[in-house]
Amino acid sequence: MANISTLNSTAAGFDAVSPQVAGPSGRKPRKVLSRRNIILYGLLIVAALYYLLPLYVMIVTSMKGMPEIRMGNIFSPPMEITFEPWAKAWASACTGLNCDGLSRGFWNSVRILVPSVLVSIAVASVSGYALANWRFKGSELFFSILIIGAFIPYQVMIYPIVIILRELGIYGTLTGLVIVHTIFGMPILTLLFRNYFTSLPEELFKAARIDGAGFWQIYFRIMLPMALPIFVVAMILQVTGIWNDFLFGVVFTRPDSYPMTVQLNNIVNSVQGVKEYNVNMAATLLTGAVPLIVYFVSGRLFVRGIAAGAVKG
Amino acid sequence: MAPHSSAGRPSQLFKNLNSKIALIPMMLVALVVFLGGTVWTVVYSFTRSGLLPRLSFVGLDQYERLWAAPRWIISIQNLAIYGILSLIFSLVIGFVLAALMDQKIRFENTFRTIFLYPFALSFIVTGLVWQWILNPEFGVQSIVRSLGWSTFEFDPLYNSDIVIYGILIAGLWQGTGLVMCLMLAGLRGIDEDIWKASRVDGIPMWKTYVLIIIPMMRPVFITTLVLIASGIVKVYDLVVAQTSGGPGIASEVPAKYVYDYMFQAQNLGQGFAASTMMLVTVAIIIIPWAYLEFGGKKRG
Amino acid sequence: MANSVSIRKLSLSFGAVTVLKDLNLDIRDGEFIVLLGSSGCGKSTLLNCIAGLLEPTEGQIFIKDRNVTWEEPKDRGIGMVFQSYALYPQITVEKNLSFGLQVAKVPKPEIDKRVARAAEILQIGPLLKRRPAALSGGQRQRVAIGRALVRDVDVFLFDEPLSNLDAKLRSELRVEIKRLHQSLKNTMIYVTHDQIEALTLADRIAIMKNGVIQQLDDPIAIYNKPRNLFVAGFIGSPSMNFLRGELIETGGKTVFRTNGVDFSLDGYEANGPLAAGRQVVLGLRPEHIGIDQPEADRELHQAVVDIEEPMGADNLLWLKHAGHTMSVRIAGARRYAPGSQVRMSFDMRLASLFDAQTEDRI
Repeated sequence: MANISTLNSTAAGFDAVSPQVAGPSGRKPRKVLSRRNIILYGLLIVAALYYLLPLYVMIVTSMKGMPEIRMGNIFSPPMEITFEPWAKAWASACTGLNCDGLSRGFWNSVRILVPSVLVSIAVASVSGYALANWRFKGSELFFSILIIGAFIPYQVMIYPIVIILRELGIYGTLTGLVIVHTIFGMPILTLLFRNYFTSLPEELFKAARIDGAGFWQIYFRIMLPMALPIFVVAMILQVTGIWNDFLFGVVFTRPDSYPMTVQLNNIVNSVQGVKEYNVNMAATLLTGAVPLIVYFVSGRLFVRGIAAGAVKG
Repeated sequence: MAPHSSAGRPSQLFKNLNSKIALIPMMLVALVVFLGGTVWTVVYSFTRSGLLPRLSFVGLDQYERLWAAPRWIISIQNLAIYGILSLIFSLVIGFVLAALMDQKIRFENTFRTIFLYPFALSFIVTGLVWQWILNPEFGVQSIVRSLGWSTFEFDPLYNSDIVIYGILIAGLWQGTGLVMCLMLAGLRGIDEDIWKASRVDGIPMWKTYVLIIIPMMRPVFITTLVLIASGIVKVYDLVVAQTSGGPGIASEVPAKYVYDYMFQAQNLGQGFAASTMMLVTVAIIIIPWAYLEFGGKKRG
Repeated sequence: MANSVSIRKLSLSFGAVTVLKDLNLDIRDGEFIVLLGSSGCGKSTLLNCIAGLLEPTEGQIFIKDRNVTWEEPKDRGIGMVFQSYALYPQITVEKNLSFGLQVAKVPKPEIDKRVARAAEILQIGPLLKRRPAALSGGQRQRVAIGRALVRDVDVFLFDEPLSNLDAKLRSELRVEIKRLHQSLKNTMIYVTHDQIEALTLADRIAIMKNGVIQQLDDPIAIYNKPRNLFVAGFIGSPSMNFLRGELIETGGKTVFRTNGVDFSLDGYEANGPLAAGRQVVLGLRPEHIGIDQPEADRELHQAVVDIEEPMGADNLLWLKHAGHTMSVRIAGARRYAPGSQVRMSFDMRLASLFDAQTEDRI
């Protein structure tokens, strides 16, 4: 690369009207393998290997048979690739007496995920919109309490919520868990939407008011269509967050409707029987698959989501 | 055109009525759950509540029992070690990675994707993977031994003295990507002209970082610090998955203490007292920060 | 003529900060009023109050003799054009224009008719199916004006509508807004910080400072008879020359003396008697000073050319005289080298005298 460009600049020199004097001319040639680059990329690659290692180990282990695992090296690639552990993890791994695999947890998680994501985003987006454009006396105070609340450990609020849900007769139900996810997703999501709507030009909102649109009309017809990117960010945030949840799953559901993370933990850490590491790793990968897919597909939006949520939090 | 009296003015209560209706869920959450729930838990931490919450006050009894319990002491020690080391390492590693990423490198997106993907995974998954990698029979220890160092010992998950470091490794793996991202955003937010000026002045790059860039990024550091710290206090799933608090009670943490006493040991009072202590810990982190961040300037 | 918009004792404060102070303003039907001032003077706040986007703390607003102080913006019979255009980005120009009418449940044929009319007036017919992102700045602002137009309102509000455009487009659209006003004859209230826009467009200009209207008058009166020092300095570029001095009685006449040099005030129309000994400021516009043009009845002052700034059509001289530096505008063809001696003469009929304390015109 460097050589070609040097040649080009010399060639250009011949065409030029005034002759060039000898000496440095054009772009300074640069070595690809400079000391700086070796150190820079060396460090980055070492770090990347460290971060990739567990993923690699998971994949490799999940494709080995138990005899091969017992023989030795967790890093060595499988000599004989088998998908048996995957099938077992999905369909017949045991938690206690139940032996129908992770599939039940997967579908439980889906059943929890869909309504939780939709409800929490709907509530938070409207709240953020109201806070950004229709402030009233005290609205910022409530918002401050909400944001401070985001820092309170869940453990402090979890028992009162159990009581509230029990009084409402929805403790242990899907509705109850959806409400819990909506509550704890609210600070970050409301902040996200509020900041986004605040960043839109205020004049747009004024123009819509002069056009005679009211609270809901402006929300649905002007703001919502403009906020699609932030809705995607919120979706990513909530899908990964709710899928990865463990604590609320344990506290607010009954064993037969445990989400995937809880079931995974029960399978892997169950004390009965022989440890089947390959099945465990297959199960772990299966559980991690959903957020990983979301992450790899969404890429930059994921980064934006966590940064938006985090930095301003 | 007579001047109106203020009696005809639409009531303040009905002004912005739609907005108020729309914010009812948020107000309920803020007031009832966050504020009410917290106050409730704190109040009940002074009671004798056992299987069920009861309002019979016993003063500081629960706290005395809490601080006399070896399991709680270990939990707090673990949290302190894990917390301090995790803060230091994630800030240092995160910043170094971000600084490396900020050198106009090729494949930036690939590197970022690699550093950040663990953050998409749950603590349960993280804990289980590292449980497997640190498994002394098959994992790192056995591999190093098979390479010739037959006395090499690294079995954090089976050695009470170092188990918390095993958890630390997993926690760092999961969380530093986020720190890197925040730091990178901070670095990108710094005026290009600063770099140009330091280049023209001939200041070496590392010196520019230490003397100029890092001080300029103080707000980013503080926010990141607060974020990591308040996350650390909540650490629960990771321990449950990786060690279940073991060996013995060597890797217990406060959040697990709370859960176990509230939902398994049916000793609510202990759970409330322990969770109140967690709240206090968070307050110690948050209040000075909030004071620094918002105390100086008046709120509009 | 009936009043279109009346502001009565309007005040607005945010906490301790008072933005509008006890403000009164009557705007006649069909009048083009420009609210002029530098940023933070309250002009946009006043416009937003008229639009109903901000609630005043005190006072009343009447539109077409109806008290609209508590009315919603949509019920006030106003249309508004914003600096940033504020077009809804996700829908076409046509839908942008018809949105307000749809919300108001105007029948479809009527909507189409009004949109077509607005498109014709503003020549944006070919753009109707496009989205705002595909339009240039000038086209966007035309659409924004169109959005006010279709509402068929009594009063148009413009909030710095041309400030985001480049100089050439700005002067084009300025002419177009003036033409629009001439053909529609609606009341228009126009906020700007650009004095050229104000002088060219306005029937009357209201100059604002610190939430108070300093002067409300037609452009020529504002230009020639500024009511106080602020207005005098704000309007005109380059700025009016201000000479600090005092009034002196000599030979039965009152003259202006600064740094020992006397200026005859013959021809100046004072508001009242000019008492000797008063500390005053004499204001002279650069174009009201003559150079080497001896006229019988005017005294001549010797001055030295400090700097010459030729600007094509005009030539701006900076002259040193009586311890002051004064700018003088002469025809572009007349050139003077720095250092040359000139004779200045002053048309006191167009001069302004202000009290040095109160800063009001005397």
